[in-house]
Amino acid sequence: MATETTEAEGSSLVFHPMDQFIVKPLFGDGGIAWYTPTNVTLWLFLAIAAVFGLLVLSTSKRAIVPTRMQSVAELAYGFIYKMLEDICGKEGVKYFPYVMTLFMFIVCANFLGMLPMSFTTTSHFAVTIPLALAVFLTVTVLGFVKNGAAFLGLFWVSSAPMALRPVLAIIELISYFVRPVSHSIRLAGNVMAGHAVIKVFAGFAAIAAISPVSVLAITAMYGLEVLVSFIQAYVFTILTCVYLKDALHPSH
Amino acid sequence: MATEPISEEVVGSCVDSYGSAIGMPQLCFDWFPNQIFWLVITLVVIFLVLSRVALPRIAAILAERQGTITNDLAAAEDLKAKAVEAEEAYNKALADARAEAQRIAAEARAEIQADLDEAIVKADAEIAAKAAESEKAIAEIRAGALESIQIVAKDTAAELVTTLGGKADADAISKAVDAQTKG
Repeated sequence: MATETTEAEGSSLVFHPMDQFIVKPLFGDGGIAWYTPTNVTLWLFLAIAAVFGLLVLSTSKRAIVPTRMQSVAELAYGFIYKMLEDICGKEGVKYFPYVMTLFMFIVCANFLGMLPMSFTTTSHFAVTIPLALAVFLTVTVLGFVKNGAAFLGLFWVSSAPMALRPVLAIIELISYFVRPVSHSIRLAGNVMAGHAVIKVFAGFAAIAAISPVSVLAITAMYGLEVLVSFIQAYVFTILTCVYLKDALHPSH
Repeated sequence: MATEPISEEVVGSCVDSYGSAIGMPQLCFDWFPNQIFWLVITLVVIFLVLSRVALPRIAAILAERQGTITNDLAAAEDLKAKAVEAEEAYNKALADARAEAQRIAAEARAEIQADLDEAIVKADAEIAAKAAESEKAIAEIRAGALESIQIVAKDTAAELVTTLGGKADADAISKAVDAQTKG
């Protein structure tokens, strides 16, 4: 694995690209119980602070002509609201706070993770899997509550020839249960890969001859990662909307 | 990245004795309960903040702005209609004023014409009177002059006849002079 301490050319070149993802207690050196405040706690709470600042503090003046920060809040609101309304229709608007929570949390956590020396909470499966599972369970429960057994019509492709339908049903079923896996791994994988690559490039900077290239590469990767931070939040949110649409209108 | 080995009890199955990660820290299940616990708290807090405070507030702001814009547009429509009305009124007033001015001008012209006519008639009468008077005076003067001429002519003729050695016959001379002057 990439985490093996690779020692090359003597002892100068040491890579620890995965060390940035280690969970540490904030206070003391003890073990990590479920309640221990850790660096995860710190950066999750900073995400709360970021969301709070972005959406609550910036709109505290309730200006008719918005300030810059208020514009950002309104833009985020309109962006997600429109996405949800476009995909799920009017019935989907009810779940707007839920979708908005997911989007704001992921986007803030991603961008906080772009700060040097920070801990990127969204690079952990322990964070993205619960997020994806929550979406999966909500959508499944909602689908059955709203549509009853008709929700199973999602797997029964009525537009296909009769002979193909059982086969398609199996494929649909598998793809349905793969959703939370792909949903969570996509986000964590993208964020983790970018951060690890930056760390690897940073390790190369120890060699004087390559360091300019390394710095350039880090800069380029950083730009890409900024993009990825937003796009992955967007993708996660839009997929949530799509899954929600399946629960609300299960017919193909 | 500690260079010194750290104590054994801190090191779990995920971190080696130098504080570096063993494998992917993402797959360290020892940390999952901790991460999930804090994540749930975070999500609940964010959800509450958004659904109780932020989203209603932003919705209110957007609605208020929409309302303001709609009102402003309506007001603008109103003002525009008023402006059109005012322009119409202005044009009407202008046309009225123009007509009034024309009427007044025509009236004035007619009045002046009447005055003028009257004055011309009066002047004509005066002129006629003056002319008649003058004619009379001229006739008088002419008559006076004829008489004087006849007297002078008669006297002159009488003188001439006397000087030429004749005898002045007053009647003959008078007749002759009359006959000459009449011609």
